[in-house]
Amino acid sequence: MKRLLSSMRIAFRALEVNKLRSALTMLGIVIGVAAVIATAAIGSGAKQRIQQQIASIGSNVIIVLPGSLTSSGMRMGSGNAVTLTESDARELPAQCPDVSLAVPLVRGGAQIVYENSNWATIVYGTTPGFLQARDLSVAEGSSFTQQDVDSANKVAVLGKTVVTNLFGDMDPVGQAIRIKNVPFTVVGVLEPKGQSPTGQDQDDVIILPISTAKRKVLGIKSANADAVDQIIMEAKSGTQIEPARDEAHALLRQRHHLLPSEDDDFSIRNMQEIFAAQEASSHIMSLMLAAVASVSLIVGGIGIMNIMLVSVRERTREIGLRQAVGAKTRDILTQFLVEAVTLSIAGGLAGVVLGIGASAIVSSLASWNTVVGAGSVLLAVFFSAVVGIGFGYYPARKAAYLDPIEALRSE
Amino acid sequence: MTTQPATTQMRAPLIDVRDLTKTYNLGEVTVHALRGITLRIEKSSFVAIMGASGSGKSTLMNLVGCLDRPTSGRYLLGGVPVESLDRDQLAGIRNQSIGFVFQNFNLLPRMSALENVELPLLYSSGDISNAAERAKRSLASVGLAGREHNLPTQLSGGQQQRVAIARALVNEPQILLADEPTGALDSRTSAEIMSIFQRLNRTQGITIIVVTHSDDVAKYADRVITFRDGQVVGDTLQKSPRGNSPEPILIGAPAGLSRPDVQTPEVQTIEVQK
Repeated sequence: MKRLLSSMRIAFRALEVNKLRSALTMLGIVIGVAAVIATAAIGSGAKQRIQQQIASIGSNVIIVLPGSLTSSGMRMGSGNAVTLTESDARELPAQCPDVSLAVPLVRGGAQIVYENSNWATIVYGTTPGFLQARDLSVAEGSSFTQQDVDSANKVAVLGKTVVTNLFGDMDPVGQAIRIKNVPFTVVGVLEPKGQSPTGQDQDDVIILPISTAKRKVLGIKSANADAVDQIIMEAKSGTQIEPARDEAHALLRQRHHLLPSEDDDFSIRNMQEIFAAQEASSHIMSLMLAAVASVSLIVGGIGIMNIMLVSVRERTREIGLRQAVGAKTRDILTQFLVEAVTLSIAGGLAGVVLGIGASAIVSSLASWNTVVGAGSVLLAVFFSAVVGIGFGYYPARKAAYLDPIEALRSE
Repeated sequence: MTTQPATTQMRAPLIDVRDLTKTYNLGEVTVHALRGITLRIEKSSFVAIMGASGSGKSTLMNLVGCLDRPTSGRYLLGGVPVESLDRDQLAGIRNQSIGFVFQNFNLLPRMSALENVELPLLYSSGDISNAAERAKRSLASVGLAGREHNLPTQLSGGQQQRVAIARALVNEPQILLADEPTGALDSRTSAEIMSIFQRLNRTQGITIIVVTHSDDVAKYADRVITFRDGQVVGDTLQKSPRGNSPEPILIGAPAGLSRPDVQTPEVQTIEVQK
C-alpha cells in the first residue's frame, strides 16, 4: 500500500512539474469524455422527451383513418375517403373486448371571432370521450357532455392558445364567440399541452360536439352524413394494443362488407409505431456521436502514449537509478502506468464536469431536457482508465525493460 | 603480470569471478571489454580498481554490481552464481546486497534528501513502515542529520555525494561499489568522502570497491587492482593509512549482513591489517 501510494506520489510529482504539458495531454481525454457524457445526456433526454410525448397522447391510443380514395385512377391519399362512420365508432368498444374507448373525430379549420378580435384555428368535432383518449383535461369550466352532442348544442371548449389570442387574460368561460358566424358559448378551457411530437401547437384548437361541428361549422360530407375523419381508439392496456388492433381490423372489414380479396378501406396505426421511427433516428444520432466521442478518446489515448514516451526518454537516467537500487520490472511498469492512468482519469473527471456543464447549457439554450446518468459517468471514467492503461502500457513497458547500464549512462 | 588473488587468508571469497568475459557487438565491430578476468575479493576488503578509460574496469563494476551479465565465465556472489539469475532476481540482489555510489551522485532532483535515501527501501520486499526512520539514521551516519528535507540542489557536491552514500547504505548492503566517487569533487571533499568509506569498511566490515583514476583515492584501499585492455595487469596489497579504531559502529540492525538469499560465510571477523 505504501508502495502504491509512493508510486502515486511520484506520478503526481512528475505530472506537476510539467503542468501545462500534463493539462494539454489530458485535453484529448477531457473532450472525449465530455462528448460521451453530453451525448448520453442529450440522447437520453431525447428519449425521455419522446416517451413523454407518447404518454401525452396516450400510449394505448390507436388511430383509425379512412382508406385512400381512388378517383379515376388517381389515389388521393389516406383520409380522403368517407368510409369511417360515427356508427363504426359506436360499435368498436361494444364489439371488441380489448377496446375500451372509440371516439369519432371530424376536423377542419375555422375563423373564430370574439368581439373585435379574431383567430384562425383547428376545429375538432368529437364526443366527450376525446378528452380521455388524448389525455386532455379541462383547466377551467367543464367539458361538453353527451347531452350536448345528442342535441347539437352550440358549446365550445377552447385550447389555451386560442384563449390567449382572443381573450388575453380574461376568463372566457361563459363568453359568446362566433365560429363561421354561428354563436357558441365557451364552456371550458383545456389544460395546456405544449407541442406535439410533430411540432404542432396542441393548444391551438377548439373542441365542439361532433353533431354541432358537422351541421354548423364544417359541413356534412355529401357522400355520407355519418362519415368521420378518424376514429381514436384506446386499448384497455398497453399489452392489449395488438389484440385491440386485430379486433378492430376484423370488425371494420366486416362492417364495411369487404370481400377477402379486397384491400382495407381504412388504416390502423398506433402511436408507438409512429414514435418508434423517431426513436430509432435519435438512437442512430446517439450512436454517431458516441463513435465521434470514442475517436476522440482514442486520439486522447495516443496523446497520452506520446507524452509518456517523451517522459520515459527524459527520465531514462532516473529509471536507470531506480533499477540500480533494486526496482524490479514490475515496479517501473507500475510507476509509469500509474502516471498514465492518473493523467487519463484526471482527464476523465474533468471531462465529466465539462460534459455535465455542456449538457446543462444545451438544456437551457435549446430547452431540451438532458439527463446525465450515473451509468454514463461511470462508463466514461472506466473508459478513460482503460485508455490510460491501454496507451500507457507500451511506454511503461519500454521503461521497465530499459537496460540499467544504458539508462544510467544517458543524459 | 600477476592475476593471482592477493589475499587468501579468508575462508570463502564474497566475490568470486572466474574467467569472466564480456563482448559488445557494435555492428561489424566486436569490442572485447573483458578478456577472461579471474578475481577473488574477500568480505570486508577495500579494493581500488585502476586503469585507463576503456580498460574494462567499469564493465567489471557493472558485472560485479549485477547490473549486467557476462558473455561467458562465472560470477559467484556469496556463493550464488549470478550469471544464471534473471532481471528481477538481479534487481533483488542489487537492492539487498549492493550499494552504488556514482561520480555524478545520481540523486533524483525533485526529491528531498530523505526521499532519495528512502528509495531503495521502497523496492525492498520487507516491511517499510519504518522507512523514514531508517533513512534518517542512514543520513545521520554520514553526517547529514538535519538536512533531511533539503533538495539536492540545496546541498553542496560533497553533501550530495554523502546523500548518495546514505542511500547506498540504507538497506545495509554487504558491498559498496563506487565508480569514480570523487571525480566531481575537490580534493578536500574527496578526502572527506574517502574517509567515510574507510570508516564504513573498518567499523562495519562493508566490502568497498572503488573505481578510480586517482592515486590519492587508491591509497585509501588495502588492495589495488590494475586493468589494461580488459585484463588484470596488476594486483597489489598495500599498507594503507589505517586508523586505530576497529570498534564496529553499525548504523542499522546487524541482520543486514546475513541475507537468506545470499549465502555469506558464517561468521565474519573484520580483518585489520597492521
